[in-house]
Amino acid sequence: MEHYISLFIRAVFIENMALAFFLGMCTFLALSKKVETAIGLGIAVIVVMTITVPVNNLIYNNVLREGAWAWMGEDYANIDLSFLGLITYIGVIAAMVQIMEMFLDKYIPSLYNALGVFLPLITVNCAIMGGVLFMVERDYNFPESVVYGLGSGFGWALAVVALASIREKLKYSDVPGPLRGIGITFIASGLMAMGFMSFSGVSL
Amino acid sequence: MALSDIKRVVTEPLISNNPITVQILGICSALAVTASLKVTLVMCIALTLVTAFSGFGISLIRNHIPNSIRIIVQMTIIASLVIVVDQVLKAFTYEISKQLSVFVGLIITNCIVMGRAEAFAMQNGPVLSFFDGIGNGLGYSILLISVAVVRELFGSGTLLGIEILPLVTDGGWYVSNGLLLLPPSAFFIIGGLIGLIRIIRKDQIEEPDYTISPNTENSGGQF
Repeated sequence: MEHYISLFIRAVFIENMALAFFLGMCTFLALSKKVETAIGLGIAVIVVMTITVPVNNLIYNNVLREGAWAWMGEDYANIDLSFLGLITYIGVIAAMVQIMEMFLDKYIPSLYNALGVFLPLITVNCAIMGGVLFMVERDYNFPESVVYGLGSGFGWALAVVALASIREKLKYSDVPGPLRGIGITFIASGLMAMGFMSFSGVSL
Repeated sequence: MALSDIKRVVTEPLISNNPITVQILGICSALAVTASLKVTLVMCIALTLVTAFSGFGISLIRNHIPNSIRIIVQMTIIASLVIVVDQVLKAFTYEISKQLSVFVGLIITNCIVMGRAEAFAMQNGPVLSFFDGIGNGLGYSILLISVAVVRELFGSGTLLGIEILPLVTDGGWYVSNGLLLLPPSAFFIIGGLIGLIRIIRKDQIEEPDYTISPNTENSGGQF
């Protein structure tokens, strides 16, 4: 249990997707003008990551990995499909987002309406793809991948909500012309990233 | 399609419509890979080639893609190209591909590639889309290379691994700036670069969301 808690804390703070690895930056900067939209987007990312990372973990371990087909017999023991990884993961992410959209539309319409346009956008959010690729690179097993998916999604959501709250205040400040808008947002997120770096001293 | 069209789509994204500073696309990799110039160069070449060829491929079949599944079709084309790049890098420059780790795979979700496919290649011919890809790739490269030069030169005193500023620790005179080796420094450098570009290109300055109303206390005389 302790192992999973420390994995979760590490994924949220020390290895924060947005502020330590800079993944999902496009949506992070484009949709963080209002706290409300940031919260909706954050929830969508958490849900999609908690589902796609474990699903891709199962696919990688049972289909793509070298030796995954060994149970079929001698001839299949050496098959290594890991070069098909990238195209499989993105396919799974796109499919999961689509399925989730239909599921929410049918059973939880209130959440569906709240998320609105953000759901399809999540397909191209690099944080999701990054989470999957890190999971493969670090060779997590199935329960670890569930915790990692939830933790890194939560960390990303935390970062985007925090930036949105800063930007809501920032719009009342007198920023020098050339830095107005995106320039000062970059610098603010740089400062936030430095703040998050202080977690890197935490050893778990 | 005239030659001037090609010239326009190649030169426009360099400064006036730069994918990073103006369109705000493809930031993830811009921040993460720029600590060393060598890695940055490989990343830029990979991204430029993928953007160009995916533009070409998507534009070729643009009239046959049903609108409802176009994202997944574009993704498939882009993902196949990225797999080729990934395999080539692993075969010929294994060390660099280790350093880039997940960021080669993340070219798939790089917003520049998707953005250009969606905004340009779906409406224009294959050759023009190819050059649009090259232009946007170059615009991305210019910015990334300038960030990487600053970070590597002042952060570790080297360029492409060759010593330029001898460090104090090796008996030289230059005290390296450790901040520039940390990932957040890329945010400051890009933010500063955006500011610099907008000092020269005033038309890119954004309108303020909110302006403080002028002081009226002593002007009206009604108080």
